[in-house]
Amino acid sequence: MMNCEEAAKVCNKLQYKEASLWEKIQLKFHLLICKACATFSKKNNRLTTLMDKAPLQCLSIQEKKIMEESLKTEP
Amino acid sequence: MTSNKINPEKWVGNYADYLYNYAVVRVSDAEIAKDLVQETFLAGLKSAINYQGIASERTWLIAILKRKVIDHYRKINSKKGKAEVRMNYSNQTDAEGDWLEEQVADPLSLLENDNIENEELGFAIQECIAQLPQKQSDVFTMKTIKGLSTEDICNELDINPSNLWVMIHRARTSLMGCLNENWFEL
Repeated sequence: MMNCEEAAKVCNKLQYKEASLWEKIQLKFHLLICKACATFSKKNNRLTTLMDKAPLQCLSIQEKKIMEESLKTEP
Repeated sequence: MTSNKINPEKWVGNYADYLYNYAVVRVSDAEIAKDLVQETFLAGLKSAINYQGIASERTWLIAILKRKVIDHYRKINSKKGKAEVRMNYSNQTDAEGDWLEEQVADPLSLLENDNIENEELGFAIQECIAQLPQKQSDVFTMKTIKGLSTEDICNELDINPSNLWVMIHRARTSLMGCLNENWFEL
């Protein structure tokens, strides 16, 4: 049987669609018997929906490096 | 009364993404947005002496960025002929002669609100991400916003997968807590 720590990890993996079928089945069973993890899983799913809804973009680390360099050379 | 100190070395790390998101929804072009952010940092650096520390650093930078966005629109509109307002009532030629009323925006539509709300949500999330420790926020943004694969992130940051999942877990847990306070109930 899966413990809560593993369940949380699989739940996180599931948010990025990286959990295997066997892991998913085990998680489902764990969520049936564990109230705390069920709540966590629900919140986690909600967070993913929110992240998908928000039109967020970000600069890559390289682009930031270039910015930092040009800021240093400027003054 | 200088409660806020200016700290240009940390600008890019702390505010680049926030400013970038602010700019990109307003000019809707990634390259221009990037340039505007860059210009904002430079302008901030030049007028750093005028910073009185009343507003927070980020508010101050956003204020500069706002001017930059306005300047950008002034610049592209000052080219001859661009400033005049042109209206195309219909851009499909086969719809010519149809009633214009059919094309009027639906006053009961709620779709526009969604866009505004999502933009605000974006800023709320960004604020929460900014509160995370540097390492966690790096991993989380790379994984969630850029959607990189686990392998790529591990290679780039030189960590192992289980390390990555632990950091993702911590980041997600604190984000849930943070959004619970700054956004609606999760």
